[in-house]
Amino acid sequence: MGALPAIRPMTPRPFRIEAVRPETPNVFTWTLRPTQEGEPLVFQPGQFNMLSIFGVGEVPISVSGDAEQSEILVHTIRSVGTVTQVMETKKAGDIIGVRGPFGNTWPLQAAEDCDVVLAVGGLGLAPMRPTIYHLLHHRERYKRVYLLYGTRTPKDILYPDELKAWSESGALDIRTTVDVGMDGWNGEVGLVTDLISDIRIDPYHSIAMVCGPEIMMHFTAKALFHRRIAPARIFLSMERSMRCGTGWCGHCQLGPTFLCKDGPVYDYPSIQAWLHKREL
Amino acid sequence: MHYRLEASDLQQLLDALKADGYALLGPQRQDNAILYDTLESAADLPQGWTDQQEAGQYKLKRREDAAYFGYVVGPRSWKRVFLPPRKRLWSATQQDGAWSIEEEPLPTQKVALIGVRACEIHAIAIQDRVLREGPYPDPYYTTMRAQSLIIAVNCTQAAPTCFCTSMDTGPNATFGFDLSLTELLEPDHGFVVEVGSPKGQALVETLGLPAANDPDQARAQAGVDQARKQIKRTLQRDDVKALLYRNLEHARWDEVASRCLSCANCTMVCPTCFCTEMEDITDLTGDHAERWQRWDSCFHGQFTHVHGGPVRQSTRSRYRQWLTHKLASWEDQFGTTGCVGCGRCIAWCPAGIDLTAEVKAFRESEHSQEKNKR
Repeated sequence: MGALPAIRPMTPRPFRIEAVRPETPNVFTWTLRPTQEGEPLVFQPGQFNMLSIFGVGEVPISVSGDAEQSEILVHTIRSVGTVTQVMETKKAGDIIGVRGPFGNTWPLQAAEDCDVVLAVGGLGLAPMRPTIYHLLHHRERYKRVYLLYGTRTPKDILYPDELKAWSESGALDIRTTVDVGMDGWNGEVGLVTDLISDIRIDPYHSIAMVCGPEIMMHFTAKALFHRRIAPARIFLSMERSMRCGTGWCGHCQLGPTFLCKDGPVYDYPSIQAWLHKREL
Repeated sequence: MHYRLEASDLQQLLDALKADGYALLGPQRQDNAILYDTLESAADLPQGWTDQQEAGQYKLKRREDAAYFGYVVGPRSWKRVFLPPRKRLWSATQQDGAWSIEEEPLPTQKVALIGVRACEIHAIAIQDRVLREGPYPDPYYTTMRAQSLIIAVNCTQAAPTCFCTSMDTGPNATFGFDLSLTELLEPDHGFVVEVGSPKGQALVETLGLPAANDPDQARAQAGVDQARKQIKRTLQRDDVKALLYRNLEHARWDEVASRCLSCANCTMVCPTCFCTEMEDITDLTGDHAERWQRWDSCFHGQFTHVHGGPVRQSTRSRYRQWLTHKLASWEDQFGTTGCVGCGRCIAWCPAGIDLTAEVKAFRESEHSQEKNKR
């Protein structure tokens, strides 16, 4: 948990949209810059912000930019609800509100000198991107780094240019699979869990970070367990309704925890009993 | 050290608080219930009235005596003082494409809470854990708590819905007050006063209260003992967390869901329920926007909304969340149970659902399973 924001935690700061970049259908990326002087918004990989459209509402969105570039803030957003649909209509120059950062972080220090397995499903790549930037900046601190990425179709592959560059640099071993192939797709068709059996890791010195739909994380964690990675070294990023980020509003509870202040990142043993259970 | 306050001098206590700059909040008869609201004088207190409560029932009735605090608890709790049902967090104004944001000023008025029951003191302490002692203290809550003064009133009678003795929260206040009063009726109407803080001590000195004599102190104790004896409802709380966690998929949840209306009454009257929703509003020009925080409930359909719809769609899952939060996960989160045994959720449930009965049902089901195994 970072230091408390200087202003009240429920008060957003105005940020200007510097650039809007369309990604996949319904998905876009904002580059934001604060409109006022003040402390830069410093975050750690895994954390999220509450983004506001004034008079419309506020939604939690993971940070998907580079933590070492604190003068700008980057968020990848899927337009699915009342607030994000309005967000999609916003253009460069428009002002939005930002509160944060909130939540805990991926275990990047614990992963040093280890093989690292990043397993992501769908838009789960967006919250994982700050981790990837960190691993690339400090590549020498880590051993083998795998990015196992599953999406619905080849059209849904996020950040394709970056994926290509990361792969070609040899810094990451990227394996991609899709649920449904299409013309021109020569890659894998299947689930992320299928990719896990092929990777070469030292399971006693590995850390896995998983982000995607709950059902995907449930089965991915099991598959990683069967590669003999200790449950306590498998980390998941959970999602529930979040309205405040501060633990006041109660919406994000899952069993004994508040995702916004105790999570969103959990080691597998502490969330296993509550994972992929109907209506908890 | 205990003091004696004559019933006829109760107004002097209120006047002393007013003179010290406190706005008074206290019980009064409103809408056929005893509610906490702004108090002008002792004449506003529900003197000579009591409440009759049972599962799904609450009724006011005349008393045969002139007791000021001769009722138990009504549907309002003190949480609205510290966590108002609706409050504005900020306003934002747009000019030439730039937004400026103005935070809502924090309240400055000191308040004195008159007639706080022992279970309610525990409820305030529990909400302190949530809203004052966490990583992000709520500025409004923290401010109001710091400028509040608490005059407790010990219970000398209980309602059938009460179970504070099971929750170890009553019937008398043992901490968390500035003054506590125990009302004595015939033949000489008055109060035994206990001091709980330096502010309380100063009040006693301002009023020049005499020491309470031994018979008065014995009568006060007898009153509290009488309330304790009247309490028949029980909830075995030592292992309730494990009991509920073991039974998350028990058929009893379906049974209670068939009675529960998912109306959220229990969460509105509960003195510890703290869930809120953020609401954004704007004027017609779109140049003025506000964010409001208002009470919400885990029984509401949209409470767990994420893309794709709510996580908890069924009443079964919502009641399960409420009960397991209140009695089990609250302990994991805040190191205390979320229930104080005030019985409000029992009285104000339109279906008369009684959480103590629900807990017993789980326990009995386990007992009978054990028996069958043998």
